[in-house]
Amino acid sequence: MIRLEARPQPSAVMAYATPVLAVLLTMIFGGVLFAVLGKDPLQAITTIFWEPVFGEFAFFYRPQLLIKGAPLVLIAIGLALGFKAGIWNIGAEGQYIVGAICGAAAGLAFYPTESAFIFPLMVLAGAFGGWAWAMIPGVLKVKFGTNEILVSLMLVYVAEQLLASMSLGLLKNPEGFGFPGSRNLQQYASAHNAELIAGTGMHWGVVAALVAVIFAYALLARHRLGFAIRVTGEAPRAAKFGGVNPGRLILFCLGTSGLLAGLAGMFEVSGPAGQISIDFNVGYGFTAIIVAFLGRLNPLGIVAAGLLMALTYIGGDIAQSQLGLPAAAIQVFQGMLLFFLLALDVLTNYRVRFGSQEVA
Amino acid sequence: MDLSAINPVLLVAAMIAAATPILLAAIGELVVERAGVLNLGVEGMMITGAVCGFIITVNTGSPTVGFIAAAIGGAVLSLLFAFLTQVALANQVASGLALTLFGLGLSALMGQSYVGIKPPRMEATPLGPLADIPVIGPIVFGHDMVVYLGLAIVAATWATLKFTRAGLVLRAVGENHDAAHALGYKVKRIRTLAILFGGACAGLGGAYISLVRVPQWTEGMTAGVGWIALALVVFASWKPWRVLLGAYLFGGITQLQLNLQGAGVAIPVEYLAMSPYIVTIIVLVILSADKSRAPGSLGRTFHASG
Repeated sequence: MIRLEARPQPSAVMAYATPVLAVLLTMIFGGVLFAVLGKDPLQAITTIFWEPVFGEFAFFYRPQLLIKGAPLVLIAIGLALGFKAGIWNIGAEGQYIVGAICGAAAGLAFYPTESAFIFPLMVLAGAFGGWAWAMIPGVLKVKFGTNEILVSLMLVYVAEQLLASMSLGLLKNPEGFGFPGSRNLQQYASAHNAELIAGTGMHWGVVAALVAVIFAYALLARHRLGFAIRVTGEAPRAAKFGGVNPGRLILFCLGTSGLLAGLAGMFEVSGPAGQISIDFNVGYGFTAIIVAFLGRLNPLGIVAAGLLMALTYIGGDIAQSQLGLPAAAIQVFQGMLLFFLLALDVLTNYRVRFGSQEVA
Repeated sequence: MDLSAINPVLLVAAMIAAATPILLAAIGELVVERAGVLNLGVEGMMITGAVCGFIITVNTGSPTVGFIAAAIGGAVLSLLFAFLTQVALANQVASGLALTLFGLGLSALMGQSYVGIKPPRMEATPLGPLADIPVIGPIVFGHDMVVYLGLAIVAATWATLKFTRAGLVLRAVGENHDAAHALGYKVKRIRTLAILFGGACAGLGGAYISLVRVPQWTEGMTAGVGWIALALVVFASWKPWRVLLGAYLFGGITQLQLNLQGAGVAIPVEYLAMSPYIVTIIVLVILSADKSRAPGSLGRTFHASG
């Protein structure tokens, strides 16, 4: 008979060991999945995890690691703040889209004027767009007690339709021969989020992600507000008695995560993506949820998790072109990772005991 | 714009059909939530049901077998959720999200060689001359079996919860799992069964989209219906008949906006397509004031420490 016995304190060893175990288990079961799909599992796994960093063409793939990792980390940092406090922003994908739309719109409004003020203005507009989109579930939750999970998620679908409408209508490139999509911001120097150091993939979004990590770390470890977030998550009633204003905390957590997601969208549209188009969003907002959990809601852990997830995206692309692995296989792979992580988490808070219970 | 192109009788009949996937998913989730479990994986189970039903129907040529396969597919996926939340005691919100993300990926993988295929048509229920009655015929008697099955499940759920011992036990587990455990009921077993039922219903609902509503397979085709179903359970204050009412309301809006798109109303297509989601938010706001009906143990993990 196997049973679970609650630990008096969560195990510190297990807290670090479970993400690693989850990754290893995902590799094993992912290998089985790839074998079922008729691919050599070992080759598939090395293609995904080894090739992008150490393979023959690593010089080409390594910059991608930062390009794909930055939005994931940026979004996940914000989500983690909320998740820690038990505030579930599931709609980061929508905030990411609206941030990108606002950022791009601010830049395109000045086309073709060249000025050093345009890019900072776009950053502000992107951040504001994401923040405002996240404030909808925030305000509704505080004012009316609506469920933020459902509202933020519904707003993802609204944002996707808005994106389609923008790329076909208001923001459509007037010189685009009728094709959907906005002007390419990469060809507009004042609005282009260019590589800061050539060949590294380092752009302003990466800088923003690093700043966010440092701020979040300091906030959670050293600041009173970070303490309030942690207490609210673990013991909401205690937090209330301790003078934490739950409404303000909800607005802060949702607002911050929306702001960061909006920034991520803005840096993406002005840099790697280049333009607003119907298929601009690729699911970073949802993958960031996995990143936040894989990083154990800890800012430094999130950096590691973000890079790992970026690796699966890049490696997945390589496996797709070289081995013919379907794109969806990587999605399954990422989902599996979250499953193992959640399942193994039980080891942090419980001991597994074998044999029947002793009578005291 | 030509509103006269919309035939009111056909519109109402189509609304009932449009409501069916939401209805099936929502009634399943209602049972799960009445047992005290919040499963946010409805969308994932629906899309898995959609792809399972589609694949089996195309291969066997029988939509009935397809729907059975869809129910099994949804239930098997929900078993993962049951394992995470009931055995590994994981957070229900996170596990439900994991289920949705995983289900979306898995269905895309399974369905990739089925894109662009047309499934065999689902026949209307042979009710003979009843379907020929003007107005009432097409609205009430002109549907396929699954529409009536959905209604039957709602009625059965209502009766079971209200009049039977099993329903009482299920509600007890949902209201206060510690008390139910103290009375000797197997909380985890009952919850697992409820989760499986929810998965099967969501699977049926998903298959109705891929086999009847669209009918085709495309990635991510459930497009948030699972989430709307979750909102609907709150809307219905966890009562079966109100789920029916809500499903017709949402199905009606979905169908109406499609018909308006078809009629060429001056509102851009994208804004019409937003409307079901925005209406969901508005309804959630209006109804969220009354939380008193929520099952007492909803979303809380149960672990017998004794």
